[in-house]
Amino acid sequence: MAKKTQTAVAPKPEKKPAAKAAKPTQTVTAVEMGARQREISVSEFFTKNRHLLGFDNPRKALLTCVKEAVDNALDACEEAGILPDVTVHLEVVESGGTPPPASQATRFRVTVMDNGPGIVRQHIPRIFAKLLYGSKFHRLRMSRGQQGIGISAAGMYGQLTTGKPVKIISRTGPKAAAHYFEVQIDTKKNEPLVHENKQVEWDQPQGTQVSIEVEGRYQKGRASVDEYLEQTSIANPHVKLIYRTPEGETKEFPRTYHELPPAPREIKPHPYGIEFGMFLKMLHDTKSHQVSGFLSSDFCRVSPHVADEICKTAKVSPGGKPRSIHGSVAETLYKTIQTTKIMAPPTNCLSPIGEKAILSGLYKQIKGEFYTAVSRPPTVYRGNPFIIEAGLAFGKGPDEAAKTTQASAPLAEGEERDEDSELARVIRYANRVPLLYQQSACATFKAVLDTTWRNYGITQSRGALPAGPMVIFVHMASVWVPFTSESKEAIADYDEIQKEITLALRECGRRLGLFLRRRERAQSEYRRRNIFELYIEEVVEACNRLKGGKLPTEKLKAQLQKIASSRTGGLKTDEALGKAGAGPEGLPHSIIVTPEGIEGEVEVAAAVPSVVPPTEEAAQVEWLDEEKPVGTSSKQQKRASKKLSAPSAKRSGKHADQLGLFSVETPSGKNAVAAGKAGKSGKAPVARRKR
Amino acid sequence: MAQTAKHKKNGVVEKKLVGLADLVVTAAQRSKDPTLAIPIRALSNVSFNERKGMIEMGHKKQARSFFNVGMAKKFMQTMLVADALSELQRAALTTSLREIYYRTKHTIQDSHENTFDTQDESDPIIEDLEVSLAALREELHVRAENGGSVVGPLVLEDDGDRVDCAKLGKGGYSVPSIVEPEYVDIRRCTADFVLLVEKGTQWNRLSEDKFWRRYNCVLLTGNGQPPRGVRRLARRMHEEYRLPVYVLVDNDPWGYYIYSVIKQGSINLAFESQRMAIPKAKFMGLSSADPERYGLPRNVGIKLNEKDITRAKELLNYQWFQKPAWQQEIKRMLSSGLKYELDALANKDFQYLTKKYLPRKLKEKDWLD
Ligand SMILES: Nc1ncnc2c1ncn2[C@@H]1O[C@H](COP(=O)(O)OP(=O)(O)OP(=O)(O)O)[C@@H](O)[C@H]1O
Ligand SMILES: [Mg+2]
Repeated sequence: MAKKTQTAVAPKPEKKPAAKAAKPTQTVTAVEMGARQREISVSEFFTKNRHLLGFDNPRKALLTCVKEAVDNALDACEEAGILPDVTVHLEVVESGGTPPPASQATRFRVTVMDNGPGIVRQHIPRIFAKLLYGSKFHRLRMSRGQQGIGISAAGMYGQLTTGKPVKIISRTGPKAAAHYFEVQIDTKKNEPLVHENKQVEWDQPQGTQVSIEVEGRYQKGRASVDEYLEQTSIANPHVKLIYRTPEGETKEFPRTYHELPPAPREIKPHPYGIEFGMFLKMLHDTKSHQVSGFLSSDFCRVSPHVADEICKTAKVSPGGKPRSIHGSVAETLYKTIQTTKIMAPPTNCLSPIGEKAILSGLYKQIKGEFYTAVSRPPTVYRGNPFIIEAGLAFGKGPDEAAKTTQASAPLAEGEERDEDSELARVIRYANRVPLLYQQSACATFKAVLDTTWRNYGITQSRGALPAGPMVIFVHMASVWVPFTSESKEAIADYDEIQKEITLALRECGRRLGLFLRRRERAQSEYRRRNIFELYIEEVVEACNRLKGGKLPTEKLKAQLQKIASSRTGGLKTDEALGKAGAGPEGLPHSIIVTPEGIEGEVEVAAAVPSVVPPTEEAAQVEWLDEEKPVGTSSKQQKRASKKLSAPSAKRSGKHADQLGLFSVETPSGKNAVAAGKAGKSGKAPVARRKR
Repeated sequence: MAQTAKHKKNGVVEKKLVGLADLVVTAAQRSKDPTLAIPIRALSNVSFNERKGMIEMGHKKQARSFFNVGMAKKFMQTMLVADALSELQRAALTTSLREIYYRTKHTIQDSHENTFDTQDESDPIIEDLEVSLAALREELHVRAENGGSVVGPLVLEDDGDRVDCAKLGKGGYSVPSIVEPEYVDIRRCTADFVLLVEKGTQWNRLSEDKFWRRYNCVLLTGNGQPPRGVRRLARRMHEEYRLPVYVLVDNDPWGYYIYSVIKQGSINLAFESQRMAIPKAKFMGLSSADPERYGLPRNVGIKLNEKDITRAKELLNYQWFQKPAWQQEIKRMLSSGLKYELDALANKDFQYLTKKYLPRKLKEKDWLD
C-alpha cells in the first residue's frame, strides 16, 4: 500500500526518457493520506528495525544482549571508580522436558552481574523498560554506551521473543537493601510496567544484576559471545571477567592490570564538530541570554574574545538573544564559526587504554613471541578529539613454535614440509568495545590493508591482509566515534582517523620488523652453531670407525667444539641469541617471549585464563576470591605484588608457569633481584626465567 | 696371484681412507679447521693432451672445510662415505652407488635432519673421493650396473669360470662393471678388431646375424653411454691384444659425445682417462655424410631440436674436435638440420647394417679419427 502511494507521488521521469513525460495523475488525496496517519508504537518500530540495533538474527541477538549488559556494567563501574568484576552467565532454558545441548537450544537466559555502584530504586524500571532513557546521551564524554537504548532494547527483544520480563537485582552499597524488580515495556506507550518489586537477600555487597530471557542461538567462533568476551578482556585488562558458558564451563579472564583507566572528562562540543541542525537546536535551548555568552559557554575553546570576534565578522550583535537568531543569519553565524580560527578541543577528556595495558591484555589472551603497543597522541577530526591505539601480537608462542620445528619426523626422499599461510587477524575496538561485524567497511581494517607490511618482513598479497601468525589490534577512543551506521559496527574513514591509524600501525610494523630481523640474525647464528654441534658427533663417530674404534672420541669432540665456538663468534653469538641477558632495547612498549622466558615490559604480564570443568564447584569458589596478594606483609613485598600483579593461586599451562618467578618473589630472594634488574638502556625492566 | 694383488691394493686404498680420519684428528689437536683438498671436476680444470690424445685433469683444487657453514654438511657427508668405503674394503665386498647412499643415510641425533636426503648428494661425494684419493671406483669397490654385453672370439675367466664369448648364443656375456685383471682375466682373444655399438638394438641385429663370425670381431655394447666395465674391457683388448676399436653410434650430438668419451675420456672423471680412454678409437658411423652416400631418404631423419643444436655447437669448440674432418662432420649435421638413428638403416632392408653398410665401411676404410 505505502509503496503504491510512493510511486504515484514521485514518478521517476528518468525511467521514461521521452521528452513528453506523461503528466502524473493524482490518485490519493491529502484527506485519504491523513486518515492513514497514526502513532507508531515502539514495539512496531523495534520489530521493523531490529537490525539497526543488532538483533538481525538469533545468534547476533544473543551476542547483543550480552554486549549491552556488559558494556553498561563496565561503564558504571568505571564511572564510579570501581575496578570491575563482571560475571556473565548463559543458560539454556528448557521449553519443557530435558534441556537441549547448547548448540541446539533456541532459548537462553542471559545474566550479567557487576560490582558497580548499583542503581537507585526509582530509576530501575525506566532504565530497563523504556527505550531512549539513559544518563550518557546528553553529554560529550567518552563511554561505551551513548544512546540510552541498549539495555532496554535487549529487554524488549526478550519480551517480544519469549514474553518474559527483565529481572534486576541492584544494591547501592553494603548498608542499603537489595531490590529485586521484574519489568516489561508497555510497548504502546514506551513506559515501564513493573510486575514485581521487592527487597531481597543478596550476597553481593554492591552492584547490579540483569537477567533477560531471549530467543537466541549459541555457536562459537567468529563474532560469538566467547569472542566478544575474549576481545573485551584484551582491551580491558583491568576487568576481571568470569564467563559461565551454556555448556557449563567456567572461563575466567583475570585482571592483569590493576589500575582503573583515568576517568574521561566531560567536554562541551567544539564548534567545528557541530552540524547546522544541532547548532540551531543549541541556539534555542541555551541558558545564555546573549549570543556571545552562548558561544563562549556552550562550546569549548571559544573565549569571550573569540566569541566577540565571531559576532563581529558575522555581523551579529553579540548582545542579541540567541533565540532570535534564525534562517540566513544563523547560517552566516554558523559559517563564520567554521572559518574562524579556534583552538583544537582539549584532549584530556579522552581515556586511552595505554600501551602497558594493551600489552598486558594481548599477552594474557594471545600466545605469541612478540608483542608491541602504540598509543598515538590525541588529535581531532571535525572538532572531536580522538586517540588511536594499535598493538600487535606476533608468532605462535614458544611452545607452538617449538612443536612445529622440533617434533616433526625426519623427511623421506621427495617429502617436503608444508608451511601454513594463515592471514593476520584484526581485532577492532571503539571506546574499548570490540567491533565484531562489518570488518571490511571499517577504517581500521582499510588502514591495515593499506599498510605495506612487506616493509617489515611480513608477506602480503596485493589488497589482502598480511600473512602470518599475527593479531593486529586497533582501538579508537573518542567522545564521539563516527560509526558507519547505527549498529555501531564499523568506524567511518575520515582522513584524519585513517592517517592516525596508519601511523600507529606503521610504528607497530617497524618494531615487528626490527624484532624479526634481529631474530633472524640470531637464528642464523644459532643455526651456524647448531650445524657444527650437530655434525661434530657424526664426524667424530665416522673417524672413530675409520680408526677401528680406537679413538679417544670425547677428547676429539671437545677439541672440535672448542674450534666451533671460536668460529661462531662465541660471546657475541650468545648476545645475539639473547643468552647474555640483553633486553629488547630500542623496542619500546614491547614484550618478547622465548622458550627461555620473557623480556621487555614483563610487569604487565600475569596469569592466563583457565577453564574449569563444570564439576569443580568448590575449586571455583576458592578461585573467585583469589584476588589478594599472597605472602608476607613486608612493605617491599606489597610494592612488588602491586607492580607485578597479584599472583593467582591456581595457574595452568606452561604460559603461566613461565611467570612463576613473580609469585615466589621474596624481599631478599634472587628472583626479586632478577625481576628488578633493568635493561641496558635503564628503561625496560628485564626479567627472565632460566630453565 | 690375482688374490694377493687384490689384497695389496686394498691395503693402499684403505690406508688412504683412514688418512681422512687422521687429518681430522691432527687438525683438531692443533685447533685448526679440518680441511680436505678436492681436485675440481669441471671443464675449467681439464686439458686436452694432444700428444697422448686424451683429456687430463689439471691441478686446481677446492678446499672443503668443516667449520664453514656452506661446507660443513658436505664435509660430514664425506667422512660418512669414507667410513662406508673403508667398511667395504675391510669386508672385501663390492657395492653400488645406491647402496652406499642407503648405508650412509640416517637421521642425525637429536634433530630432524637426514645425513643425506637424496642419492644426488652421495654420488658426487664418491667421485670427490675417487679424485682426491686418486683411487679408481673399482678400487673403492663401488660398481655400476652391468650395463653391457659382449660376443665374439674372446675367452675370459670370471670367478674361476671359463667364459667363451663365442659360445653364448646371441645374448652374449654381460660385462661386469669391474673388469680389472684381478676380477676378469682375458685368456684368449683371436679377433681382428672390436666394434663398440651404442645401441643394444643394433648390437642384437649384428649378433643375431653372426656378423662377428664373418668379420672376426668382438661385438660390444653399453646400451647408450658405455659404462666403465665396457670401456675398460675395450681398452684392455685394444692394449693387450692390439685390436683396433671402431665405434658405431647414432648420428646426433649425443653419439659424437659418446664417441669422444670412449676416445679421450670424460670431463667429470678426467683422471680416469689413463685407464679408460682409447685415443686410437675410430668413428665408424653413423656419419652425417652417410645419408647421402648410402641413399637414406630425408624422411627417415629427425629434425634437430634446440638442445641438439646448442650441444653440437659446444662440441665444435672442444679442443678434441678441432680436426678439419670433425669440424666438417658436425657442421654438415647442423646445416642439414637433421639427425639419423642407426635404426633408420632398416628403411632399406632389415639386414642392411650387417650386409651392406658395415661391409662397405670396412672395405672403404671409411671412418673418422
Ligand atoms: N549495570 C548498571 N549499573 C549502573 N547503571 C546502569 C547499569 N546499566 C545501565 N545503567 C544506567 O542506565 C542507563 C541506560 O542504559 P542503556 O544501556 O539503555 O543506555 P546507554 O548505556 O546510556 O546507551 P546505549 O544505548 O548506547 O547503550 C545508562 O546510561 C546508565 O546510566
Ligand atoms: Mg548501554
